[in-house]
Amino acid sequence: MRAFRALQSGGRLVFVAAALLSGQAFGQSTFAGVWNAGYFEDWPDRFPGPELGDYAGLPLNASDRARASSWNATILSLPDYQCRVHPSDYANSFADIRMWHEIDTKTQQLVAIHLQHFAWSTQRTFWMDSRPHPPEFAEHTSMGFSTGEWVGNNLKVTTTHLKEGWLRRNGVARSDAATVTEHFVRHGNHLTWNVFVQDAKYLEEPFFRNRDYTLAETGAIGAYPCESVVEVLLPEEGYFPHYLPGENPFLIEYARNHKIPSEAAMGGAATMYPEYKKKLAALPQP
Amino acid sequence: MKKHFLAALLAALGSVGFSVASQAQQDFAAGEIRSLQVRDNVYMLVGAGGNITMQVKDEGILLVDTQFAPLSEKIVAAIRKISDKPIHYIVNTHHHGDHTGGNANLRAVGTTVSGGNMAGAIRDSGVGAAIVAHENVLLRLSSATGPQAVPSGGWPTSTFFGKKKELYYNDEGIEIIHVPAAHTDGDSIVFFRQSDVISAGDVFGTTSYPVIDIPGGGSYAGIVSALERLVDIIIPVYGQDGGTLVIPGHGRLSNLGDVLNYREMVIVVRDRMQGMIDAGMTLEQVKAAKPTQDYDPVYGSTTGFWTTDRFIEAAYRSLSNPPEDAP
Repeated sequence: MRAFRALQSGGRLVFVAAALLSGQAFGQSTFAGVWNAGYFEDWPDRFPGPELGDYAGLPLNASDRARASSWNATILSLPDYQCRVHPSDYANSFADIRMWHEIDTKTQQLVAIHLQHFAWSTQRTFWMDSRPHPPEFAEHTSMGFSTGEWVGNNLKVTTTHLKEGWLRRNGVARSDAATVTEHFVRHGNHLTWNVFVQDAKYLEEPFFRNRDYTLAETGAIGAYPCESVVEVLLPEEGYFPHYLPGENPFLIEYARNHKIPSEAAMGGAATMYPEYKKKLAALPQP
Repeated sequence: MKKHFLAALLAALGSVGFSVASQAQQDFAAGEIRSLQVRDNVYMLVGAGGNITMQVKDEGILLVDTQFAPLSEKIVAAIRKISDKPIHYIVNTHHHGDHTGGNANLRAVGTTVSGGNMAGAIRDSGVGAAIVAHENVLLRLSSATGPQAVPSGGWPTSTFFGKKKELYYNDEGIEIIHVPAAHTDGDSIVFFRQSDVISAGDVFGTTSYPVIDIPGGGSYAGIVSALERLVDIIIPVYGQDGGTLVIPGHGRLSNLGDVLNYREMVIVVRDRMQGMIDAGMTLEQVKAAKPTQDYDPVYGSTTGFWTTDRFIEAAYRSLSNPPEDAP
């Protein structure tokens, strides 16, 4: 009997040790569930969409500013562009998301965390199994290739292989060379999503934004089908809507309507910082 | 100085100079061939020259383009890591040496499916792989002389004219579609219908502005038309992702969104430059106006074979005097 108890005790120790060493750390947050988006921040950039010519607070460089200035909203009516999805570093700006964990049933290891956006039904995978990112010549997609790691209870996600996307829905481009770092931070039933976009091609400095969500215990997100149709008769070949340099009549609207100096409306890294207020006061208003 | 040397070299060599100048800047000893499985039976081989597309199944191997000759051993080694099947077909997307330089070497390690009416059509059937291309590829390669002369073993053995040539190989239909007067006058895009993959050659790339080989019969209008043809064929899964995949002449594996972004750049820059040309601006004035400023971080270069300046010069020339056979 004494030998049996000793074995029992030893078995418990082995069990506890095995549990501790299994790799799937205990006490890490679960992000599983439907998360309702809060719409109390950056409202113009959420449902209504940003105003044309509003680049204030974006660290875009001169090339990106020129790109955005030629942007023509008519592209949204082109069949090939009607169902274009939001890139993963932007899609969370909209609506609700669902997240779920994928566990290997045999090893009980966390293989991946998945995230689905309501908007356009796009789905992301954060690989948690330490797999490498693909070679640079592999396909780039709107969602990119993401790997995740735990930083304490928070989830850190690194994404590469993104297709060209946008920082704002008014033509401010983000290049396909960008690396995006996200932090998903859970506070009880609240989730904060922080995203850092590093893009040496189109940004003077990394761009940061965050969004907040609330867990919806019985939440659901709907399907989001999209069908392209011909809405406007346009030239079939060799046509892309854009404004020639200096000919975009809408660029000045935002600055004029909000009485913001044109230079400030055109953005740049300096416009992100509080110190810019001093310069702002000295700039002429439109 | 380097830029001026290259410009002079190209002017002297004409279209074949594109191959020579491109090759002159490569370090083949350090180069390696890396492969990426694109679909079940289609691979992309990436090295120092243009991308190679490899289709393989039970029947054997079909290659689209062959990179530079000094890389052939490494290319064969990369192929043999994937399959030990014979190389039956080589398809050339155009005549430049970074896409055809390995023709003779890779053909020599292959074999042609012979018999029927093929035995008379291909003189050395059974000896090497068949090389298929638009007839202008054969004309360009066989007419090169002097140091740029291409040995006959590297010439196409099966040519076509008109809109396209069709093959059925490894259980799928393959369309070799001629896109006229684009990068050159002999461009083809190769569409693997079952695999849903297009090998685009140099009418599409992700690493530079379009290379317009005007001495080789290329034109700006042809590039636009070729991109429209690509967009017509591609069907995405959703939005602009997935579905038909495109292996570019240079750069990374792509899908509809990438081709649309590239087409956008090509059309926007064309419209700007055409407006400047119509307004009577000189080439130097056009350059000073920076018509590519917004796309330079993505496609531009101040060094290497195809600089932004060279693109603007070629675009200016092509848009000022579009060739009669341009689409």
